[in-house]
Amino acid sequence: MSEERLKPRRCSHTCADGLHGSSGRLARALDLHEYQGKELFRQHGIPVSEGRLALGPSEARAAADELGYPVVVKAQVLTGGRGKAGGIKLAATADEVEARAGEILGMDIRGHVVTRLWIERASDIEREYYLSLTFDRSGKKPLFMFTTQGGMEIEEVAATNADALVRLHVDPLEGCHPWHARRLVYDGGVTDPSEQKQIAAIVQKLYDAFVATEAMLCEINPLIVTPDGNVRALDSKFSVDDNALFRHPNLAELRDVAASDPLEVLAREKGVTYVKLDGEVGVLGNGAGLTMASVDVVTFAGGRPANFCDLGGGGDAQGVVDALEVITRDPQVRAIFFNIFGGITRCDEVARGILQAVGQMGLELPIVVRLDGTNADEGRRILGEAALPNLSTEATMLDGARRAVELAA
Amino acid sequence: MAILVDTETRLVVQGLTGSEGRFHGLRNRSHGTNVVAGVTPGKGGQDVEGIPVFDSVAAAVAETDANTAMVFVPAPFAADAMYEAIGAGIGTVICITEGVPAHEMLRLHAFVQGGDVRIVGPNCPGALSPGKANVGIIPAEIFREGSIGLVSRSGTLTYQIGHELAQLGLGCSTIVGIGGDPIVGSSFIDVLGLFEADEQTKQVVMVGEIGGDEEEKAAAFIESEMSTPVVGYIAGFTAPPGKTMGHAGAIISGSAGTAEAKKEALEARGVRVGTTPTEAAQLVAELARA
Repeated sequence: MSEERLKPRRCSHTCADGLHGSSGRLARALDLHEYQGKELFRQHGIPVSEGRLALGPSEARAAADELGYPVVVKAQVLTGGRGKAGGIKLAATADEVEARAGEILGMDIRGHVVTRLWIERASDIEREYYLSLTFDRSGKKPLFMFTTQGGMEIEEVAATNADALVRLHVDPLEGCHPWHARRLVYDGGVTDPSEQKQIAAIVQKLYDAFVATEAMLCEINPLIVTPDGNVRALDSKFSVDDNALFRHPNLAELRDVAASDPLEVLAREKGVTYVKLDGEVGVLGNGAGLTMASVDVVTFAGGRPANFCDLGGGGDAQGVVDALEVITRDPQVRAIFFNIFGGITRCDEVARGILQAVGQMGLELPIVVRLDGTNADEGRRILGEAALPNLSTEATMLDGARRAVELAA
Repeated sequence: MAILVDTETRLVVQGLTGSEGRFHGLRNRSHGTNVVAGVTPGKGGQDVEGIPVFDSVAAAVAETDANTAMVFVPAPFAADAMYEAIGAGIGTVICITEGVPAHEMLRLHAFVQGGDVRIVGPNCPGALSPGKANVGIIPAEIFREGSIGLVSRSGTLTYQIGHELAQLGLGCSTIVGIGGDPIVGSSFIDVLGLFEADEQTKQVVMVGEIGGDEEEKAAAFIESEMSTPVVGYIAGFTAPPGKTMGHAGAIISGSAGTAEAKKEALEARGVRVGTTPTEAAQLVAELARA
């Protein structure tokens, strides 16, 4: 067990799918909205302000009437920087709530359109702290981070006042003990005994929530102290492990499908890993690393990739059809580069899938195929015999990328 | 002598009677791997093309002296299978299964820390020592036997680089896919350490990708602990910030964790880095000729 006061290399308070400290990459994680995270906090005994979800201005008004004024109207989007973008507003009267809700709904915050509002009792704030618990990928342990310099971007604290940020690992087999919590509050410089006690309790409960939900990240920023000395979570960033959702159906239901890119949703339904990019060359590979490398070589060849699309390990004919369907929904795509290295994936299967998809969908876009590995000769033979006018093969990854870039120009 | 898997390997396949386990277990055997046993609870006494199946790893070890386990059981049961293998005295556990919950790996890692057990994976293609043994799903026919150690976070990208090396006439001592999950049993540094101690390995290729700081840590390790020359390759030079790309959730947040930052960290420690698999293979060939 170690305790450090280090400057984190990378903190991404503003990025909902980001991570903190040296925790590195987050695997496929389900990011929750603030209100969903707060509900989980509440269930685990972490104090939060009372609030209601609202999907329209009149619902917002009704919620505020129930809660009592003043309230805060908060955009629920899976990105940071809501406040700066005007997505968080105070409202003192029912009319104001309706007006603010009308302004915020439909607002585009970093590419996320606001469709949900969280209406919450406004809090008086005496002090703002920061508390998070996440995966330290390199340390291979859960990592607490705490600072009394909360409210601002945690990266800024790390950069300007690194000593103020306390980091503490927890051994996952031992779990979180009261001393962990004491260490965080003492080293963080919390002096008021009542605050110390309340924060220590929250630390323990945050750990419980982290374990119970199999979370990848639980962040409270700010953790506030009210003028009458009560500590509570004013915001939440909560991400849970996709791989564990099979045993947390209640969490799986929280996925906000509408908050994702529609093409990415379609891809998810079809079991294809797809990330929308902004160019003209559709890129399809098998395996994340090879597909990433394919995106690189298309760029190096002077083109702009339209997407990252990973067929995954299987890559049977139907998988190819599904992937092509997703890629070609993007009207910007002008040529497609297939980069397949057969391992488990068999190149003849992929070739059949390409022909099937082209036939079914009447695809006229130019397609450049590079096949190597398991059954590559057979795959190339199948494509050669089909002799489709819009389909060509190239021997290497670099040549394939160059050709696709030319055809998209 | 290669690392992790070799002619001394006596493999037990957990999940041998499942379709994937059977396919790859037999494929590994046909490459020359000494597959001595399979384990499927409730199917003890059966056999898969002559490979005896046991109800438990302990029984398999008692009967066959298995020393290496390959885990092919479904994700919800994979951690249990790894604990079982460790409990039965297996020294090297290679978990191919994808989708193992991260919290389970967190506890498993803490459990084995400081001991002699080596875990590779989960969500990895396994380890291949060409001409000696193949444990996992790496297509052996792509690779030649030789003196280059290859360690990678990615599967197919590893094949691509192995293919490029083979085109240049270069072979490998061992190819290790460490997997791209948030918590993996062996990280770059662990495998680099093994290659450093291996007599057959004269040069190492490390295949990384965007996200995390494993490559940066490896850079420091290479400089201070390794005399064997290392060439790097990083996938994702042109990935946009904040986007997840696939398995490992190669996520970049801010500037660190980018391919460029990793390249700089490696080059600052004297490690040459290719920006495409082809370029990386060419760097290896240059070093091999030098």
